[in-house]
Amino acid sequence: MSAKSTNNVNTTNTSKANASKAVNKENNYRDTSDFVDMKDALMAAIMDLAEKNSDVVMLESDLMKCLGSTCFFEKYPKRAFNCGIAEANMVGVAAGLSSMGFVPFAESFGVFSSRRAFDQFFLSVNYAKQRVHLIGTDPGVVAQVNGGTHMPFEDIALMRQIPDLIIIDPSDAQSCYDLVVQAYESGHSSYIRLARKGVTHRYSVDKTITLGKGIVLSEGKDLSIIAEGEIMVNEAENAVRLLKEKGISAELIDMHTIKPLDTKLIEKTAKKTGKVLVCENGRYAGGLGEAVAAHLSKTCPTLMDFVNVGEKFGEVGDLKYLIKTFKFTAEDIALKAEKLVKA
Amino acid sequence: MAKVKNANLDVCKLKEKAKEIRISTIKEIAHLGKGHIGGAMSIVEILVYLYYYQMNINPEEPKMEGRDRLVCSKGHAGPSVYAVLADKGFFPKSWLLTLNKGGTNLPSHCDMTKTPGIDFTTGSLGQGASAAAGIALGQKIKDEKSFTYLILGDGESQEGQVWEMAEFASTQKLGNLIAFTDFNKMQLDGYTRDVICMDNIDTRWLGFNWHVQRINGHDFSELHYAVTQAKAVKDRPSMIICDTIKSFGYAPGVGTVSNHSMAISEEDMNNAIKALELEG
Repeated sequence: MSAKSTNNVNTTNTSKANASKAVNKENNYRDTSDFVDMKDALMAAIMDLAEKNSDVVMLESDLMKCLGSTCFFEKYPKRAFNCGIAEANMVGVAAGLSSMGFVPFAESFGVFSSRRAFDQFFLSVNYAKQRVHLIGTDPGVVAQVNGGTHMPFEDIALMRQIPDLIIIDPSDAQSCYDLVVQAYESGHSSYIRLARKGVTHRYSVDKTITLGKGIVLSEGKDLSIIAEGEIMVNEAENAVRLLKEKGISAELIDMHTIKPLDTKLIEKTAKKTGKVLVCENGRYAGGLGEAVAAHLSKTCPTLMDFVNVGEKFGEVGDLKYLIKTFKFTAEDIALKAEKLVKA
Repeated sequence: MAKVKNANLDVCKLKEKAKEIRISTIKEIAHLGKGHIGGAMSIVEILVYLYYYQMNINPEEPKMEGRDRLVCSKGHAGPSVYAVLADKGFFPKSWLLTLNKGGTNLPSHCDMTKTPGIDFTTGSLGQGASAAAGIALGQKIKDEKSFTYLILGDGESQEGQVWEMAEFASTQKLGNLIAFTDFNKMQLDGYTRDVICMDNIDTRWLGFNWHVQRINGHDFSELHYAVTQAKAVKDRPSMIICDTIKSFGYAPGVGTVSNHSMAISEEDMNNAIKALELEG
């Protein structure tokens, strides 16, 4: 596994998304192993979908250059629209396009996609049974130097309120590509939560990644760690190593799909280890932790603990500072895990 | 506004139809006992002109490809839209008396998932505006010759989303988007002038680079002239500001700001129907 990042956003993204690459023979999924940014994997998926499906359209909110969706605008100028800094209208326009038979991918920073355009996404898209894929970038602390105003901690909770919506937060490039394609193929609307810059390579193109099915990254017997999104899965993976050194065997699950939740896997792991720690780059209220707790309270009451931002608002800083401030580090996770095991 | 004579436009017939639609609308609301009578009555001529003269639609195939579409963004005017759709044959007229009752296909606010002929779900004011722009954009991508008609309320136009749509639609040169403002000058809490002043609504739309006309929204000749002009404008969306009277045709609601949603008894209904029939 390696994490690389680049500042050469547009060139990299455009070339990667358009490049002819190896594919998984069974699913025709593109190999994302040399992508340097998560947004490359997202745009590659959208570009590949657009090539095969003339109903795919792209809507931007003056963040084309940040996401690198320039490649879509260049290749499909008649199917790409920059809606300017007006996210509510963008999502409403997407709903109207959906009613005309198109499948829009609409993009903004997570705070604007979720908080600012929530009513439009709720009513005009989902209540009206339209089909739109809403992209919310820079989730949680990933917003880094854009600071607290740009830090969505509550987007998962908001999106969980929408019936039948798919919510994904991929932990690496390949899962991002595969899940975006599967979200399109599902026929549902989705909220795609992901970082733009830098990317982890965890899964190969041959790995089976299924929407709605968590992935067990390591088997364990003392406790289960359920993590969502790139940052938390990365930190949790390191925490598992730290715990192993202390003789604690942790099971780690990459819960890349937050809705629909893989309740079967949650029950299975809870029954196996008897202790569950949920790590999310966001808020507890309405988030993944609460969803897992609610399910287990009905089916398999389990001693749990949670890693999240608590009652804090976001703040400015680099990723290293923020991960430390919000107690997201592998050491923080390992400490909570250890206490939970001993409880 | 100069009135035009058009051999194809049978104003008498349309007036008669408007009367029928008003009677159906009053019956719907009276059957329930209460409803959004004011804003439903003020758009009747706009609806009748579009559905009985202008729009390319097929009640037997409500989702016909290439059809013209209408988004009634002031979704609470549903009852008059339903009266029109039932009369056109999109669904049985018997449905009209189920308005707002549990399990109905005719909810208070327009719902495309329930009512045949409704092109978009509305109710949260301002949202229909963007949806209409998206529909018009979709028609353009598909190279359709069809038009999207959008009905906005004047109170609704206090929503910021309306103006986000306005700047988007003119930037995209959506000549196939023709909007109407039902400028009845009242909203739930009173006169728009006292709540949020909309007196300069014409210049607002002009400022957003729309083609703007202002007409009497209860006059079929003026509606016909304005829509004909609007259809000829290809490089900009069109706004037709319609001066209307809230609750027009239902006398107890005219001239009172409590007409947004009113109780209508059987006696009120009978008196109103009699008055409309006597109009001749």
